[in-house]
Amino acid sequence: MLPSRTRGFAEPAVSFVQIYLPIADLPVNVFLILAMGLAVGFISGMFGIGGGFLMTPLLIFIGVTPGVAVASVASHIAASSCSGAISYWRRKAIDPSLALMLLAGGVIGTAVGVWLFTLMRALDQLDLMIALSYLTLLSIVGALMVSESVRSIMRARVGKPVVLRRPGSHIWFHGLPFKFRFKRSMIYVSAIPVWVIGFLMGFVGAIMGIGGGFLLVPMLIYLLRVPTATVIGTSMVLTMVTMASATVMHSVTNHLVDAVLALILMVGGVIGAQFGARAGQKISGEWLRLLLGLLVLMVGLRFAFQLVLHPDDLYSLRIVEGMP
Amino acid sequence: MSARRVAGVAAMIAMMTASASAAAERLVLSLSHHRVLVTSSFTGTEVVLFGSIERDQTAALPRRGYDVVVTVTGPRESERTRRKERVLGIWVNVEAHTFVNVPNYLAALSNKPLDTITNADLQRRLQIGLANTVLPQKTAPVVADAPQEDPFRMAFLRLKKEHGLYIERDNGVTFFTPTLFRADIPLPSNVPFGLYDVDVKLFADGAMIAESTSALEVIKVGFEQFVADAARDYGLLYGLATAMLALLIGWFASVVFRRD
Repeated sequence: MLPSRTRGFAEPAVSFVQIYLPIADLPVNVFLILAMGLAVGFISGMFGIGGGFLMTPLLIFIGVTPGVAVASVASHIAASSCSGAISYWRRKAIDPSLALMLLAGGVIGTAVGVWLFTLMRALDQLDLMIALSYLTLLSIVGALMVSESVRSIMRARVGKPVVLRRPGSHIWFHGLPFKFRFKRSMIYVSAIPVWVIGFLMGFVGAIMGIGGGFLLVPMLIYLLRVPTATVIGTSMVLTMVTMASATVMHSVTNHLVDAVLALILMVGGVIGAQFGARAGQKISGEWLRLLLGLLVLMVGLRFAFQLVLHPDDLYSLRIVEGMP
Repeated sequence: MSARRVAGVAAMIAMMTASASAAAERLVLSLSHHRVLVTSSFTGTEVVLFGSIERDQTAALPRRGYDVVVTVTGPRESERTRRKERVLGIWVNVEAHTFVNVPNYLAALSNKPLDTITNADLQRRLQIGLANTVLPQKTAPVVADAPQEDPFRMAFLRLKKEHGLYIERDNGVTFFTPTLFRADIPLPSNVPFGLYDVDVKLFADGAMIAESTSALEVIKVGFEQFVADAARDYGLLYGLATAMLALLIGWFASVVFRRD
Protein backbone atom coordinates (compact mmCIF):
# COMPACT_ATOMS: atom_id res chain seq x y z
CA MET A 1 0.00 0.00 0.00
CA LEU A 2 1.70 3.17 -1.14
CA PRO A 3 1.33 6.33 0.90
CA SER A 4 -2.04 7.82 0.25
CA ARG A 5 -0.95 11.42 0.42
CA THR A 6 -1.61 12.26 -3.20
CA ARG A 7 -4.94 10.54 -3.49
CA GLY A 8 -7.31 13.03 -1.98
CA PHE A 9 -9.70 12.42 0.87
CA ALA A 10 -12.61 10.43 -0.43
CA GLU A 11 -11.25 7.26 1.12
CA PRO A 12 -12.94 5.25 3.87
CA ALA A 13 -12.15 6.81 7.21
CA VAL A 14 -10.94 3.73 9.06
CA SER A 15 -9.10 0.64 7.97
CA PHE A 16 -7.57 -2.03 10.13
CA VAL A 17 -4.39 -2.75 8.36
CA GLN A 18 -3.29 0.85 8.08
CA ILE A 19 -0.87 1.95 10.73
CA TYR A 20 0.65 5.36 11.07
CA LEU A 21 4.45 5.39 11.33
CA PRO A 22 5.20 8.23 13.74
CA ILE A 23 8.69 9.16 12.56
CA ALA A 24 8.43 8.25 8.88
CA ASP A 25 5.18 10.28 9.01
CA LEU A 26 3.51 7.83 6.71
CA PRO A 27 0.42 5.63 6.91
CA VAL A 28 1.39 2.14 5.76
CA ASN A 29 -0.17 -1.28 5.53
CA VAL A 30 1.00 -3.40 8.47
CA PHE A 31 0.94 -6.59 6.43
CA LEU A 32 3.06 -5.09 3.69
CA ILE A 33 5.79 -4.20 6.18
CA LEU A 34 5.44 -7.55 7.92
CA ALA A 35 5.71 -9.36 4.58
CA MET A 36 8.80 -7.35 3.71
CA GLY A 37 10.32 -8.32 7.05
CA LEU A 38 9.49 -11.99 6.40
CA ALA A 39 10.85 -11.98 2.86
CA VAL A 40 14.09 -10.23 3.76
CA GLY A 41 14.38 -12.39 6.89
CA PHE A 42 13.99 -15.49 4.71
CA ILE A 43 16.76 -14.36 2.38
CA SER A 44 19.00 -13.35 5.25
CA GLY A 45 18.51 -16.69 6.97
CA MET A 46 19.20 -18.50 3.71
CA PHE A 47 22.48 -16.71 3.04
CA GLY A 48 23.50 -16.05 6.62
CA ILE A 49 23.52 -12.29 6.23
CA GLY A 50 21.77 -9.42 7.99
CA GLY A 51 19.73 -8.37 4.98
CA GLY A 52 20.06 -4.63 5.57
CA PHE A 53 21.20 -4.07 1.98
CA LEU A 54 17.80 -5.38 0.84
CA MET A 55 15.60 -3.93 3.57
CA THR A 56 16.83 -0.34 3.34
CA PRO A 57 16.24 -0.08 -0.44
CA LEU A 58 12.83 -1.77 -0.13
CA LEU A 59 11.73 0.81 2.44
CA ILE A 60 13.01 3.62 0.23
CA PHE A 61 11.04 2.20 -2.71
CA ILE A 62 7.75 2.18 -0.73
CA GLY A 63 8.15 5.85 0.16
CA VAL A 64 10.06 5.97 3.44
CA THR A 65 12.71 8.67 3.20
CA PRO A 66 16.25 7.24 2.87
CA GLY A 67 17.28 8.80 6.19
CA VAL A 68 14.49 7.14 8.17
CA ALA A 69 15.04 3.86 6.31
CA VAL A 70 18.76 3.71 7.13
CA ALA A 71 18.26 4.68 10.77
CA SER A 72 15.36 2.30 11.41
CA VAL A 73 16.87 -0.70 9.63
CA ALA A 74 19.88 -0.41 11.96
CA SER A 75 17.74 -1.58 14.88
CA HIS A 76 16.15 -4.31 12.75
CA ILE A 77 19.61 -5.70 11.94
CA ALA A 78 20.63 -5.46 15.60
CA ALA A 79 17.70 -7.77 16.41
CA SER A 80 18.40 -10.36 13.72
CA SER A 81 22.16 -10.47 14.36
CA CYS A 82 21.51 -10.75 18.09
CA SER A 83 19.48 -13.93 17.69
CA GLY A 84 22.17 -15.28 15.35
CA ALA A 85 24.99 -14.35 17.68
CA ILE A 86 23.33 -16.09 20.63
CA SER A 87 22.97 -19.38 18.79
CA TYR A 88 26.61 -19.20 17.61
CA TRP A 89 27.67 -18.40 21.19
CA ARG A 90 25.99 -21.57 22.41
CA ARG A 91 27.98 -23.54 19.86
CA LYS A 92 31.16 -21.76 20.98
CA ALA A 93 31.58 -20.50 17.42
CA ILE A 94 32.53 -16.97 18.45
CA ASP A 95 36.02 -15.65 19.11
CA PRO A 96 35.45 -13.15 21.95
CA SER A 97 38.86 -11.48 21.82
CA LEU A 98 38.67 -10.99 18.06
CA ALA A 99 35.12 -9.65 18.42
CA LEU A 100 36.29 -7.13 21.05
CA MET A 101 39.16 -5.95 18.83
CA LEU A 102 36.81 -5.50 15.87
CA LEU A 103 34.37 -3.63 18.09
CA ALA A 104 37.02 -1.14 19.21
CA GLY A 105 37.24 0.01 15.59
CA GLY A 106 33.55 -0.62 14.88
CA VAL A 107 32.08 1.76 17.44
CA ILE A 108 34.39 4.60 16.34
CA GLY A 109 33.51 3.88 12.72
CA THR A 110 29.80 4.05 13.57
CA ALA A 111 30.26 7.41 15.28
CA VAL A 112 32.12 8.82 12.26
CA GLY A 113 29.44 7.40 9.95
CA VAL A 114 26.60 9.00 11.92
CA TRP A 115 28.50 12.31 11.93
CA LEU A 116 28.86 12.21 8.13
CA PHE A 117 25.18 11.22 7.81
CA THR A 118 24.14 14.29 9.84
CA LEU A 119 26.44 16.56 7.83
CA MET A 120 25.17 15.32 4.46
CA ARG A 121 21.58 15.73 5.63
CA ALA A 122 22.21 19.37 6.47
CA LEU A 123 23.73 19.84 2.99
CA ASP A 124 20.66 18.22 1.28
CA GLN A 125 22.89 15.48 -0.13
CA LEU A 126 21.92 12.60 2.17
CA ASP A 127 19.76 10.80 -0.40
CA LEU A 128 22.47 11.14 -3.00
CA MET A 129 25.13 9.84 -0.64
CA ILE A 130 23.01 6.81 0.28
CA ALA A 131 22.23 6.02 -3.36
CA LEU A 132 25.85 6.44 -4.47
CA SER A 133 27.22 4.30 -1.65
CA TYR A 134 24.73 1.57 -2.47
CA LEU A 135 25.54 1.75 -6.16
CA THR A 136 29.33 1.54 -5.73
CA LEU A 137 29.46 -0.97 -2.94
CA LEU A 138 26.78 -3.33 -4.21
CA SER A 139 27.87 -3.39 -7.84
CA ILE A 140 31.52 -4.06 -6.92
CA VAL A 141 30.72 -6.69 -4.31
CA GLY A 142 27.98 -8.25 -6.46
CA ALA A 143 30.26 -8.51 -9.49
CA LEU A 144 33.06 -10.05 -7.40
CA MET A 145 30.70 -12.58 -5.83
CA VAL A 146 29.17 -13.58 -9.15
CA SER A 147 32.52 -14.02 -10.90
CA GLU A 148 34.03 -15.87 -7.94
CA SER A 149 31.13 -18.27 -7.61
CA VAL A 150 30.90 -18.87 -11.37
CA ARG A 151 34.60 -19.71 -11.41
CA SER A 152 34.28 -22.15 -8.53
CA ILE A 153 31.22 -23.78 -10.09
CA MET A 154 33.21 -24.21 -13.35
CA ARG A 155 36.18 -25.57 -11.43
CA ALA A 156 33.99 -28.03 -9.58
CA ARG A 157 32.57 -29.18 -12.90
CA VAL A 158 36.05 -29.73 -14.35
CA GLY A 159 36.97 -31.60 -11.20
CA LYS A 160 39.79 -29.48 -9.76
CA PRO A 161 39.80 -29.03 -5.98
CA VAL A 162 38.71 -25.65 -4.63
CA VAL A 163 41.54 -23.96 -2.74
CA LEU A 164 40.15 -21.45 -0.26
CA ARG A 165 43.11 -20.95 2.02
CA ARG A 166 46.47 -20.80 0.37
CA PRO A 167 48.97 -21.81 3.06
CA GLY A 168 52.17 -19.84 3.24
CA SER A 169 50.92 -16.85 1.29
CA HIS A 170 51.65 -13.62 3.08
CA ILE A 171 50.01 -10.21 2.83
CA TRP A 172 52.11 -7.12 3.65
CA PHE A 173 50.06 -6.11 6.70
CA HIS A 174 50.78 -9.40 8.39
CA GLY A 175 54.13 -7.80 9.24
CA LEU A 176 52.56 -4.91 11.17
CA PRO A 177 53.22 -4.46 14.91
CA PHE A 178 50.78 -4.96 17.85
CA LYS A 179 50.48 -8.63 17.11
CA PHE A 180 47.83 -10.54 18.99
CA ARG A 181 47.12 -14.20 19.33
CA PHE A 182 43.40 -14.91 18.91
CA LYS A 183 43.16 -18.30 20.55
CA ARG A 184 39.82 -19.59 19.44
CA SER A 185 40.43 -18.62 15.82
CA MET A 186 44.03 -19.86 16.05
CA ILE A 187 45.46 -16.86 14.24
CA TYR A 188 48.33 -14.54 15.15
CA VAL A 189 47.87 -11.14 13.45
CA SER A 190 48.46 -7.46 14.03
CA ALA A 191 45.60 -5.58 15.71
CA ILE A 192 45.83 -2.74 13.16
CA PRO A 193 44.04 -4.47 10.23
CA VAL A 194 41.47 -5.78 12.71
CA TRP A 195 40.71 -2.25 13.90
CA VAL A 196 40.60 -0.95 10.33
CA ILE A 197 38.13 -3.63 9.27
CA GLY A 198 35.97 -2.94 12.34
CA PHE A 199 36.07 0.80 11.64
CA LEU A 200 35.07 0.32 7.99
CA MET A 201 32.14 -1.92 8.89
CA GLY A 202 30.85 0.50 11.53
CA PHE A 203 31.20 3.43 9.13
CA VAL A 204 29.50 1.74 6.18
CA GLY A 205 26.77 0.36 8.44
CA ALA A 206 25.89 3.77 9.85
CA ILE A 207 25.59 5.55 6.51
CA MET A 208 23.95 2.72 4.57
CA GLY A 209 21.81 0.90 7.12
CA ILE A 210 23.48 -2.43 6.49
CA GLY A 211 25.10 -4.86 8.89
CA GLY A 212 27.67 -5.63 6.24
CA GLY A 213 27.97 -9.34 6.91
CA PHE A 214 28.37 -9.97 3.19
CA LEU A 215 31.49 -7.75 3.25
CA LEU A 216 32.86 -8.64 6.65
CA VAL A 217 32.85 -12.42 6.30
CA PRO A 218 35.00 -12.47 3.12
CA MET A 219 37.36 -9.86 4.60
CA LEU A 220 37.86 -11.90 7.74
CA ILE A 221 38.42 -15.07 5.73
CA TYR A 222 40.70 -13.73 3.00
CA LEU A 223 42.58 -10.97 4.85
CA LEU A 224 42.82 -12.19 8.43
CA ARG A 225 42.57 -15.92 7.68
CA VAL A 226 39.89 -16.40 10.32
CA PRO A 227 38.72 -20.03 10.11
CA THR A 228 35.17 -20.71 8.92
CA ALA A 229 34.29 -22.14 12.33
CA THR A 230 34.35 -18.76 14.08
CA VAL A 231 33.95 -16.28 11.22
CA ILE A 232 30.15 -15.96 11.01
CA GLY A 233 29.51 -15.89 14.76
CA THR A 234 32.22 -13.29 15.32
CA SER A 235 30.97 -11.10 12.49
CA MET A 236 27.46 -11.28 13.93
CA VAL A 237 28.69 -9.96 17.27
CA LEU A 238 30.31 -7.01 15.51
CA THR A 239 27.14 -6.35 13.48
CA MET A 240 24.95 -6.57 16.57
CA VAL A 241 26.97 -4.05 18.57
CA THR A 242 27.63 -1.57 15.73
CA MET A 243 23.97 -1.59 14.68
CA ALA A 244 22.71 -1.21 18.26
CA SER A 245 25.05 1.74 18.76
CA ALA A 246 24.05 3.16 15.35
CA THR A 247 20.42 3.02 16.54
CA VAL A 248 21.29 5.02 19.65
CA MET A 249 23.46 7.54 17.76
CA HIS A 250 20.92 8.09 14.97
CA SER A 251 18.25 8.66 17.64
CA VAL A 252 20.36 11.23 19.45
CA THR A 253 21.54 13.20 16.40
CA ASN A 254 18.88 12.99 13.71
CA HIS A 255 15.76 11.65 15.50
CA LEU A 256 15.11 9.48 12.47
CA VAL A 257 14.69 6.03 14.05
CA ASP A 258 11.09 4.87 13.66
CA ALA A 259 10.57 2.37 16.48
CA VAL A 260 7.14 1.26 15.22
CA LEU A 261 8.51 0.51 11.76
CA ALA A 262 11.56 -1.23 13.24
CA LEU A 263 9.40 -3.35 15.55
CA ILE A 264 7.23 -4.70 12.70
CA LEU A 265 10.34 -5.39 10.62
CA MET A 266 12.03 -7.19 13.50
CA VAL A 267 9.09 -9.49 14.12
CA GLY A 268 8.84 -10.38 10.42
CA GLY A 269 12.59 -10.66 10.09
CA VAL A 270 13.31 -13.09 12.92
CA ILE A 271 10.50 -15.43 11.82
CA GLY A 272 11.51 -15.32 8.15
CA ALA A 273 15.14 -16.01 9.05
CA GLN A 274 14.22 -19.35 10.63
CA PHE A 275 12.61 -20.64 7.47
CA GLY A 276 15.36 -19.18 5.30
CA ALA A 277 18.05 -20.97 7.27
CA ARG A 278 16.37 -24.32 6.59
CA ALA A 279 16.01 -23.56 2.88
CA GLY A 280 19.65 -22.47 2.70
CA GLN A 281 20.92 -25.84 3.88
CA LYS A 282 19.49 -27.50 0.78
CA ILE A 283 21.54 -25.49 -1.72
CA SER A 284 25.28 -25.88 -2.27
CA GLY A 285 27.64 -23.10 -1.22
CA GLU A 286 28.69 -22.00 -4.73
CA TRP A 287 25.15 -21.71 -6.00
CA LEU A 288 24.15 -19.87 -2.85
CA ARG A 289 26.97 -17.37 -3.40
CA LEU A 290 26.01 -16.96 -7.05
CA LEU A 291 22.38 -16.25 -6.13
CA LEU A 292 23.42 -13.79 -3.41
CA GLY A 293 25.85 -12.10 -5.81
CA LEU A 294 23.10 -11.66 -8.42
CA LEU A 295 20.76 -10.25 -5.79
CA VAL A 296 23.39 -7.77 -4.59
CA LEU A 297 24.12 -6.75 -8.17
CA MET A 298 20.43 -6.20 -8.92
CA VAL A 299 19.91 -3.89 -5.96
CA GLY A 300 23.02 -1.94 -7.00
CA LEU A 301 21.66 -1.57 -10.55
CA ARG A 302 18.32 -0.38 -9.22
CA PHE A 303 20.12 2.52 -7.55
CA ALA A 304 22.06 3.21 -10.75
CA PHE A 305 18.80 3.58 -12.66
CA GLN A 306 17.40 5.86 -10.02
CA LEU A 307 20.43 8.13 -10.24
CA VAL A 308 20.64 8.22 -14.02
CA LEU A 309 16.99 8.31 -15.07
CA HIS A 310 15.26 11.66 -15.28
CA PRO A 311 13.46 12.08 -11.94
CA ASP A 312 9.67 12.50 -11.98
CA ASP A 313 10.10 15.73 -10.15
CA LEU A 314 13.21 17.88 -10.07
CA TYR A 315 12.08 19.55 -6.88
CA SER A 316 11.70 18.09 -3.40
CA LEU A 317 10.83 19.39 0.06
CA ARG A 318 12.45 18.89 3.44
CA ILE A 319 11.20 20.32 6.73
CA VAL A 320 13.95 22.16 8.56
CA GLU A 321 13.99 21.20 12.23
CA GLY A 322 14.74 23.73 14.90
CA MET A 323 13.65 26.67 12.76
CA PRO A 324 10.22 28.01 13.63
CA MET B 1 7.62 40.78 2.80
CA SER B 2 7.07 43.63 5.19
CA ALA B 3 6.13 46.22 2.59
CA ARG B 4 3.48 44.01 1.13
CA ARG B 5 2.23 42.93 4.52
CA VAL B 6 1.99 46.52 5.76
CA ALA B 7 0.09 47.42 2.63
CA GLY B 8 -2.17 44.45 3.18
CA VAL B 9 -2.84 45.34 6.80
CA ALA B 10 -3.50 48.96 5.90
CA ALA B 11 -5.91 47.87 3.22
CA MET B 12 -7.61 45.54 5.62
CA ILE B 13 -8.07 48.23 8.24
CA ALA B 14 -9.42 50.54 5.58
CA MET B 15 -11.80 47.84 4.41
CA MET B 16 -12.98 47.06 7.89
CA THR B 17 -13.69 50.62 8.86
CA ALA B 18 -15.33 51.24 5.53
CA SER B 19 -17.49 48.17 5.85
CA ALA B 20 -18.40 48.97 9.44
CA SER B 21 -19.82 52.29 8.42
CA ALA B 22 -21.40 51.27 5.14
CA ALA B 23 -22.76 47.82 5.84
CA ALA B 24 -23.74 46.01 8.96
CA GLU B 25 -23.26 42.37 8.08
CA ARG B 26 -21.87 40.09 10.70
CA LEU B 27 -20.46 36.59 10.30
CA VAL B 28 -21.39 33.88 12.78
CA LEU B 29 -19.22 30.78 12.50
CA SER B 30 -19.36 27.29 13.90
CA LEU B 31 -16.95 24.39 13.39
CA SER B 32 -18.04 20.77 13.56
CA HIS B 33 -14.89 19.98 15.56
CA HIS B 34 -12.47 22.22 17.35
CA ARG B 35 -10.17 19.32 18.02
CA VAL B 36 -9.12 16.65 15.59
CA LEU B 37 -7.51 13.61 17.17
CA VAL B 38 -5.03 11.71 15.04
CA THR B 39 -4.79 8.05 16.00
CA SER B 40 -3.01 5.14 14.36
CA SER B 41 -5.96 4.47 12.07
CA PHE B 42 -6.27 8.09 10.94
CA THR B 43 -6.58 8.34 7.18
CA GLY B 44 -7.70 11.93 6.91
CA THR B 45 -10.92 13.66 7.82
CA GLU B 46 -12.98 16.76 7.15
CA VAL B 47 -13.94 19.50 9.53
CA VAL B 48 -17.13 21.26 8.55
CA LEU B 49 -17.48 24.98 8.97
CA PHE B 50 -20.97 26.45 9.13
CA GLY B 51 -21.47 30.16 8.71
CA SER B 52 -24.37 32.50 8.83
CA ILE B 53 -24.47 36.05 7.56
CA GLU B 54 -26.47 38.26 9.91
CA ARG B 55 -27.77 41.62 8.75
CA ASP B 56 -29.10 44.15 11.19
CA GLN B 57 -31.53 47.01 10.61
CA THR B 58 -28.81 49.47 9.66
CA ALA B 59 -27.95 47.36 6.65
CA ALA B 60 -28.60 49.21 3.47
CA LEU B 61 -30.32 47.77 0.46
CA PRO B 62 -30.48 44.01 0.10
CA ARG B 63 -27.37 42.90 -1.72
CA ARG B 64 -27.30 40.96 -4.92
CA GLY B 65 -25.33 38.15 -3.32
CA TYR B 66 -22.57 37.31 -0.95
CA ASP B 67 -19.24 35.60 -1.58
CA VAL B 68 -17.18 33.82 1.03
CA VAL B 69 -13.49 33.01 1.12
CA VAL B 70 -12.28 30.67 3.86
CA THR B 71 -8.57 30.50 4.58
CA VAL B 72 -7.28 27.82 6.95
CA THR B 73 -3.67 28.25 8.01
CA GLY B 74 -1.83 25.47 9.80
CA PRO B 75 1.20 25.64 12.09
CA ARG B 76 4.22 27.39 10.65
CA GLU B 77 7.48 25.72 9.81
CA SER B 78 10.56 26.27 7.70
CA GLU B 79 10.97 24.08 4.66
CA ARG B 80 13.71 23.64 2.13
CA THR B 81 12.84 23.29 -1.53
CA ARG B 82 15.62 21.55 -3.41
CA ARG B 83 16.19 21.37 -7.12
CA LYS B 84 17.96 18.53 -8.91
CA GLU B 85 20.19 18.93 -11.90
CA ARG B 86 22.20 16.47 -13.93
CA VAL B 87 25.82 16.51 -12.83
CA LEU B 88 28.22 14.06 -14.51
CA GLY B 89 25.27 11.97 -15.66
CA ILE B 90 23.52 11.63 -12.32
CA TRP B 91 20.80 13.71 -10.73
CA VAL B 92 21.98 15.78 -7.78
CA ASN B 93 20.38 18.44 -5.57
CA VAL B 94 22.23 21.52 -6.72
CA GLU B 95 20.24 24.39 -5.31
CA ALA B 96 18.00 24.77 -2.28
CA HIS B 97 15.91 27.66 -0.99
CA THR B 98 14.60 27.76 2.57
CA PHE B 99 11.03 28.98 2.96
CA VAL B 100 11.00 30.59 6.37
CA ASN B 101 8.05 30.34 8.70
CA VAL B 102 5.52 29.26 6.10
CA PRO B 103 2.25 27.46 6.89
CA ASN B 104 2.66 23.71 6.84
CA TYR B 105 -0.99 23.48 5.85
CA LEU B 106 -3.01 26.00 3.89
CA ALA B 107 -6.50 25.75 2.47
CA ALA B 108 -8.20 28.45 0.42
CA LEU B 109 -11.88 27.64 -0.09
CA SER B 110 -14.40 29.85 -1.82
CA ASN B 111 -17.87 29.61 -3.34
CA LYS B 112 -16.64 30.60 -6.81
CA PRO B 113 -13.37 31.42 -8.55
CA LEU B 114 -11.51 34.17 -6.70
CA ASP B 115 -11.23 36.29 -9.84
CA THR B 116 -15.00 36.53 -10.03
CA ILE B 117 -15.24 37.48 -6.35
CA THR B 118 -12.92 40.43 -6.33
CA ASN B 119 -10.14 42.03 -8.37
CA ALA B 120 -6.54 40.84 -8.44
CA ASP B 121 -5.28 43.82 -6.52
CA LEU B 122 -7.52 43.20 -3.51
CA GLN B 123 -6.83 39.48 -3.65
CA ARG B 124 -3.14 40.21 -3.31
CA ARG B 125 -3.58 42.73 -0.54
CA LEU B 126 -5.80 40.41 1.49
CA GLN B 127 -3.57 37.43 0.66
CA ILE B 128 -6.42 35.23 -0.44
CA GLY B 129 -5.68 32.23 -2.60
CA LEU B 130 -2.46 30.25 -2.75
CA ALA B 131 -0.98 32.46 -5.46
CA ASN B 132 -1.31 35.49 -3.21
CA THR B 133 0.07 33.98 -0.03
CA VAL B 134 3.32 35.46 1.19
CA LEU B 135 6.01 32.76 1.22
CA PRO B 136 9.24 34.33 2.43
CA GLN B 137 12.39 32.69 1.06
CA LYS B 138 15.77 32.98 2.67
CA THR B 139 18.45 33.77 0.18
CA ALA B 140 21.76 34.62 1.83
CA PRO B 141 21.24 37.57 4.20
CA VAL B 142 17.77 38.66 3.13
CA VAL B 143 14.39 37.06 3.65
CA ALA B 144 11.89 38.08 1.02
CA ASP B 145 8.89 36.80 -0.85
CA ALA B 146 9.57 36.05 -4.48
CA PRO B 147 7.37 36.97 -7.44
CA GLN B 148 4.61 34.52 -8.31
CA GLU B 149 6.55 33.12 -11.29
CA ASP B 150 9.61 32.24 -9.19
CA PRO B 151 10.40 28.58 -9.99
CA PHE B 152 11.14 27.67 -6.37
CA ARG B 153 7.93 29.26 -5.20
CA MET B 154 5.97 27.47 -7.91
CA ALA B 155 7.64 24.15 -7.08
CA PHE B 156 6.96 24.62 -3.38
CA LEU B 157 3.26 25.28 -3.99
CA ARG B 158 3.00 22.37 -6.41
CA LEU B 159 4.67 19.90 -4.04
CA LYS B 160 2.56 21.02 -1.10
CA LYS B 161 -0.55 20.56 -3.24
CA GLU B 162 0.62 17.08 -4.27
CA HIS B 163 1.08 16.18 -0.62
CA GLY B 164 -2.49 17.33 0.01
CA LEU B 165 -1.31 20.04 2.39
CA TYR B 166 -2.05 23.08 0.25
CA ILE B 167 -5.57 23.10 -1.04
CA GLU B 168 -7.40 25.53 -3.29
CA ARG B 169 -11.05 24.88 -4.13
CA ASP B 170 -13.31 27.40 -5.76
CA ASN B 171 -16.30 25.18 -4.97
CA GLY B 172 -15.24 24.58 -1.37
CA VAL B 173 -17.95 26.83 0.05
CA THR B 174 -21.61 26.00 -0.52
CA PHE B 175 -24.52 28.35 0.14
CA PHE B 176 -27.75 26.69 1.40
CA THR B 177 -29.66 29.92 1.52
CA PRO B 178 -28.40 33.35 0.47
CA THR B 179 -27.10 33.90 4.02
CA LEU B 180 -26.21 30.41 5.21
CA PHE B 181 -23.12 28.56 3.99
CA ARG B 182 -20.94 25.61 4.74
CA ALA B 183 -17.30 24.78 3.93
CA ASP B 184 -15.60 21.39 4.20
CA ILE B 185 -12.04 21.73 5.43
CA PRO B 186 -10.12 18.66 4.24
CA LEU B 187 -7.42 17.37 6.58
CA PRO B 188 -5.27 14.68 4.91
CA SER B 189 -3.73 11.68 6.64
CA ASN B 190 -0.37 13.43 6.91
CA VAL B 191 -1.92 16.52 8.51
CA PRO B 192 0.58 18.47 10.62
CA PHE B 193 -0.11 18.83 14.31
CA GLY B 194 -0.83 22.11 16.03
CA LEU B 195 -3.15 25.08 15.93
CA TYR B 196 -5.01 26.06 12.79
CA ASP B 197 -6.43 29.50 12.18
CA VAL B 198 -9.70 29.61 10.30
CA ASP B 199 -10.30 32.98 8.69
CA VAL B 200 -13.54 33.78 6.86
CA LYS B 201 -13.91 36.82 4.67
CA LEU B 202 -17.27 38.00 3.38
CA PHE B 203 -17.46 39.82 0.07
CA ALA B 204 -20.24 41.62 -1.69
CA ASP B 205 -19.94 43.40 -5.00
CA GLY B 206 -16.18 42.87 -5.06
CA ALA B 207 -15.52 44.46 -1.68
CA MET B 208 -14.81 42.82 1.66
CA ILE B 209 -17.58 43.69 4.08
CA ALA B 210 -16.93 41.45 7.07
CA GLU B 211 -14.37 39.08 8.50
CA SER B 212 -14.42 36.58 11.31
CA THR B 213 -12.00 34.01 12.68
CA SER B 214 -12.09 30.72 14.47
CA ALA B 215 -9.51 28.06 15.28
CA LEU B 216 -9.09 24.34 15.46
CA GLU B 217 -6.43 22.07 16.86
CA VAL B 218 -4.98 18.86 15.46
CA ILE B 219 -3.59 16.58 18.14
CA LYS B 220 -1.71 13.31 17.81
CA VAL B 221 -2.97 10.92 20.46
CA GLY B 222 -2.07 7.52 21.73
CA PHE B 223 1.02 5.49 21.10
CA GLU B 224 2.16 7.34 17.95
CA GLN B 225 2.22 10.64 19.78
CA PHE B 226 4.16 9.09 22.61
CA VAL B 227 6.72 7.63 20.20
CA ALA B 228 7.09 10.82 18.18
CA ASP B 229 7.48 12.96 21.30
CA ALA B 230 9.98 10.57 22.83
CA ALA B 231 12.06 10.46 19.65
CA ARG B 232 12.20 14.24 19.48
CA ASP B 233 12.59 15.16 23.13
CA TYR B 234 14.49 12.22 24.63
CA GLY B 235 16.66 11.04 21.75
CA LEU B 236 19.16 9.18 23.93
CA LEU B 237 16.57 7.31 26.02
CA TYR B 238 14.52 6.57 22.92
CA GLY B 239 17.57 5.21 21.12
CA LEU B 240 18.61 3.09 24.08
CA ALA B 241 15.08 1.73 24.46
CA THR B 242 14.87 0.86 20.75
CA ALA B 243 18.26 -0.83 20.80
CA MET B 244 17.34 -2.80 23.93
CA LEU B 245 14.06 -3.82 22.33
CA ALA B 246 15.95 -5.05 19.27
CA LEU B 247 18.36 -7.13 21.35
CA LEU B 248 15.48 -8.48 23.41
CA ILE B 249 13.54 -9.57 20.34
CA GLY B 250 16.69 -11.17 18.97
CA TRP B 251 17.24 -13.05 22.22
CA PHE B 252 13.59 -14.07 22.35
CA ALA B 253 13.73 -15.41 18.80
CA SER B 254 16.84 -17.44 19.57
CA VAL B 255 15.05 -19.01 22.55
CA VAL B 256 11.79 -19.72 20.70
CA PHE B 257 13.45 -21.18 17.62
CA ARG B 258 16.21 -23.00 19.45
CA ARG B 259 17.03 -26.17 17.59
CA ASP B 260 20.17 -27.49 19.27
